[in-house]
Amino acid sequence: MTESNYDEIMQLLCDRLSSLTNSDTQITPEMNMISQLSIDSIKLLNLIMEIEDTFDVSIPINALTDIQTVRELADLVHKIKSAS
Amino acid sequence: MNLLEKLDAAAAARKSLLPNGVGAFGIPIEEVFSATEARIGDRRVLLFGTNNYLGLTFAPECIRAAHEAIDKEGTGTTGSRMANGSYFGHRALEREFADFYQCSSGIVFTTGYQANLGTISGLVGPGDTVLIDGDSHASIYDGCILSGADIIRFKHNDMVDMEKRLRRLGDRVESTLIIAEGIYSMLGDQAPLAEIVKLKNAYNCILLLDEAHSLGVLGKTGQGLVEKTGLLKEVDFITGTFSKSLCSIGGFCVSNHPQLEQLRYISHPYIFTASPSPATIASTRAALVLLSKGSDLRKQLWNNCTQLYSQLKETGYLLGPDPGPVISAILDTPQQALQVWQSLLEHNIYVNLILPPAAPEGKSLVRCSVNAAHTPEQIKYVGDTFAKLYKMISSRS
Ligand SMILES: Cc1ncc(COP(=O)(O)O)c(C=O)c1O
Repeated sequence: MTESNYDEIMQLLCDRLSSLTNSDTQITPEMNMISQLSIDSIKLLNLIMEIEDTFDVSIPINALTDIQTVRELADLVHKIKSAS
Repeated sequence: MNLLEKLDAAAAARKSLLPNGVGAFGIPIEEVFSATEARIGDRRVLLFGTNNYLGLTFAPECIRAAHEAIDKEGTGTTGSRMANGSYFGHRALEREFADFYQCSSGIVFTTGYQANLGTISGLVGPGDTVLIDGDSHASIYDGCILSGADIIRFKHNDMVDMEKRLRRLGDRVESTLIIAEGIYSMLGDQAPLAEIVKLKNAYNCILLLDEAHSLGVLGKTGQGLVEKTGLLKEVDFITGTFSKSLCSIGGFCVSNHPQLEQLRYISHPYIFTASPSPATIASTRAALVLLSKGSDLRKQLWNNCTQLYSQLKETGYLLGPDPGPVISAILDTPQQALQVWQSLLEHNIYVNLILPPAAPEGKSLVRCSVNAAHTPEQIKYVGDTFAKLYKMISSRS
C-alpha cells in the first residue's frame, strides 16, 4: 500500500472527526480522540463502521483498545487495509 | 488524572445531565405492593418500568415453590456447580429448559448476563470472529470482549449491512458466530430472524439468539422469536434470562449441538461463580410451567401492549417500529426526556429514562414496559398522562 493511501485514510479520519466534534478545532494526528476530541465510545464505533465501508475492510472493535490518537487509528486502518 | 479523579469526572458529566435531586437511575423503591404497584418516596406508583412481562412476581405457585426450597435446602448453595456440586433443581431446570425448546442440552447460569458471557466466551476465542448487531446488550459486548475473538458490528437489524460484513470476512466466516436478540431492549423491535437465518446458512456460520426479552412474550408457548417465526431448528444456540418474564434471577443456554456440554469445563462465567440458590431455581421452575401454559397471559399482555402503543402513537410520540411490551418514546433531547420522565413520576407513574450513550444513536428514551397484570384502566391512565405531557413538550419546542 502506498503513502497516498495512508494520506487518504488520514484525511478521511480528520474530516469525519471534525464533523463529529461539531467544532472548529483543527484535528491533528497526535490528538487523543477521547480526551481531546470528546468522541464517545458509540461515536467511535459508528465511525469504525463507516471506515470499514469506505475501505472495504473488517476492523474488529477489540483492536481499538490500544488506540487513542488519530494517528494510531490511521495506522491500524492502514495495516488492515495493506493486509487485505 | 488519577483513578479517583476519573470517577469524579464521570460523576460531573452525569450531574450535568441530571439536575440536583433527580435520581432517575437506581431509584429507591421502598415497598412493592404487587406486579403493578409500589411505593417510591411517599408516592404509590404504577410500575411501568419493570421487565415483569407476564406479571408473575407474586404468582402463588412460584412463591410456594421458593418457600419449600428454602425450608428443604437452605438459602444458598455456597459455591459453584463445578466445585461444590449440582443440586437436583439445577439439573431438573436444565432438563426442563432443553425440553421446552425441544433441544438436547441446556445449561443454567447464575444470571442472564453470565449466560451470554459464558456462552459466547465458550464458543469463540482469539482468532475467531463474532458478528453482532450494533444495538446488542452490554452482556453480549462483554461476552465478546471476554472471548478475545474479533468483534465486528453490523447496523441494527440491517441485513444488507450484515451481508456486506459477512462477505468481507472471506474464509473467516467458517469460525464466525452471529449474534442477535429476539426483542431489542431499547426500542422493543424484533430481529429479522428469517433473513438472518438465510444469511447464516448461506455463509455457513453459527447463530446465537438472545431471547431475554422475548421469552414468554412471543410464540404460542412463549419460546420467543424462534417460535413466532417457526425457526427454532435453525438457531444453533439460544440464551435467555430468568430475570424478566420468569421473575427470578439466572440465565440459560440451550442447543441441539452436543458440544454445548463442553462449556461446563471451559467457561469461566459458569465455573467460577456460585450456582443459583435453591429458592431461585424452584421459583424459576414453577414460573417456566406457568409461562409455557400461559397463552392467556400472553393474550392479555398483547392486548395491553397494543392499547398503549396505539394510544402513544395517536398522540404523536415517535415510537420504536414494532408494538410490544417494550414501548419507547423517542424524544429530541435528554432534557425533554428527563422532563417527561419526571412529570410521569409526579403523576405517580414509574417508567425508565434512557439517555445517551445508553440509548442507540444518541437518542433519549422514555421507556415503558407493559405487563399482563396491568389493567386497561392503568394503561389508559398512563396513555392519557403521556398525552397531557405531549402538549407540554410540543408547546415548548
Ligand atoms: C438482551 C439482554 N440480554 C441479557 C440480559 C441480562 O440478563 P440478567 O439481567 O438476567 O443478567 C439482559 C437484561 O438486562 C438483556 O436485556
